[in-house]
Amino acid sequence: MTKVKLSEFAMARSGDKGDGSNVGIFVTNDADYELIKRELTVERVRKHFEKICFGEITRFEAPNILALNFLLRDSLGGGGSESLKTDAQGKTHGLGLLEMEVER
Amino acid sequence: MRDKINIGYGQGFWGDSILGPVRLVNEGPLDYLALDYLAEVTMSIMQKLKGRNPAAGYATDFVQMLDRTLPAIHEKGIKVIANAGGVNADGCLQAVLELARKKGIKGLKVGVIDGDDILSRIPELANGGHAMKNMDDGRPLSEIQDNLLSANAYIGAFAVAECLAAGAQIVIAGRVTDPALVGGPMIHEFGWSPEDYDKLAASTVAGHIAECGAQCTGGNYTNWREVKDFVRIGYPVIEGQSDGTFVVTKHEGTGGMVTRNTVVSQLLYEMGDPNRYLGPDCAADFTSAKVEEIGENRVRVSGVKGSAPTDTYKVSLSYNNGYKAVGQLTIAGPDAIEKAKLCADIVWGRLALDGCEFTDEEKMVEFVGAGVTHAGILESTQPPEVVMRIGVKSDNKAKVNRFGSEVVPLVTSGPPGVTGFAGGRPKATDIVGYWPALLDKSQVQTRVRVEES
Repeated sequence: MTKVKLSEFAMARSGDKGDGSNVGIFVTNDADYELIKRELTVERVRKHFEKICFGEITRFEAPNILALNFLLRDSLGGGGSESLKTDAQGKTHGLGLLEMEVER
Repeated sequence: MRDKINIGYGQGFWGDSILGPVRLVNEGPLDYLALDYLAEVTMSIMQKLKGRNPAAGYATDFVQMLDRTLPAIHEKGIKVIANAGGVNADGCLQAVLELARKKGIKGLKVGVIDGDDILSRIPELANGGHAMKNMDDGRPLSEIQDNLLSANAYIGAFAVAECLAAGAQIVIAGRVTDPALVGGPMIHEFGWSPEDYDKLAASTVAGHIAECGAQCTGGNYTNWREVKDFVRIGYPVIEGQSDGTFVVTKHEGTGGMVTRNTVVSQLLYEMGDPNRYLGPDCAADFTSAKVEEIGENRVRVSGVKGSAPTDTYKVSLSYNNGYKAVGQLTIAGPDAIEKAKLCADIVWGRLALDGCEFTDEEKMVEFVGAGVTHAGILESTQPPEVVMRIGVKSDNKAKVNRFGSEVVPLVTSGPPGVTGFAGGRPKATDIVGYWPALLDKSQVQTRVRVEES
């Protein structure tokens, strides 16, 4: 087991959902899926995005595509046209999640 | 009735490249061309345009695209489905008919779908007991009812199919859902019924994969180094079958790629609960989809399960919610971040000297280059320069403009190395608030009409 960044074996996509974002992450084999299900707890994701997400986080599983989907409420500075932030749509949050290090 | 059709998706949003639809029409086989021109705030912009000019309020990009493609579309018999109607589908229809006449195309059948625009009926609906509370936070509509800019119901795929059945080669809709632009042709060609929930769910998944154009063919893909020829990236083509199974592909010889990974990436885009993706025609279970590569640039999706929709439409309302302004300056190093922080403090300090103060919620400062998009995750302490983005929002327009006049002076009255003020003074612009709500389906009646050039 060594520490690796999620970006070494997982892929992601994110976008906006109202005042929050969704961050989808997926892998390409069952062992890695078990790993991300184990490692990517809501608590860990909350800590990772502590300077970005200020609301509730919900996690969903889509085992058919070896994916997890996180909803991050209050992560866009208002969202839509209300936000003054550069990334008002959360388009970069997926890449942000892939920077997390896990034991693999 | 056919058992297989090709649907190209040439426009992922208002502002997408015109090369998408132009190349789909010219570079490969196509039965249908689907085009999405709307976003959540688009309707409010279109209502404003229509307020100034009754003939405006639709996506003029669509007419410009047809100016380049209509002869080929007519000759090849490609059917076009676009939500380019905005808040004036009839105005768009007239513009397309005029274009066809100008190009000497006779007998082109152009259809419109309307009934989605409920702005003028809001008082009647609200008084009639339709609460339309904010779906996200439960706030009552009365909070914003006096400031409404637009109100539209998200129409489903059956209205699109009805317009095709009425003979339209070009279908112009207002606020239909993005996936309905793909589902409509499937319902029309395959004769699906409103109770064919699995098939409707499959078309929803197909539409969801295609609805952002090149985002399923290599665009915005994590492992971007694998993607060949971004310049000529192919837009998606959905090969739909009557049993609901479909293949995601792109035209031969185009750039980009379609793989299990590019398709799964897009399945996750703007996803909520993957077990229950709600649309006007069904609830789709995205966790039932089997996604498999069956060849080069060919991904088959099968096994999608669906269930009955709810008895409400999602409606999207927009409203005036004050003003905002954002300005930016570039601050060169050494000590770029430290100096940029000082710059921001100077702006707030000078405004306060003049009696103009903003609350923390109304203020925003970012130091782009130091770690903004990945705040707390990837940050830099000594970048060679940073871009300071500084902004405010307020109900008071004059105050927002007062802020705008204190950004550029930093060039001569702040720390050294401040530049990049090319944009001039930031000016107050409208904040358009977005209000998602639900409305009984019985309150919305869609109509289709077809005219000929």
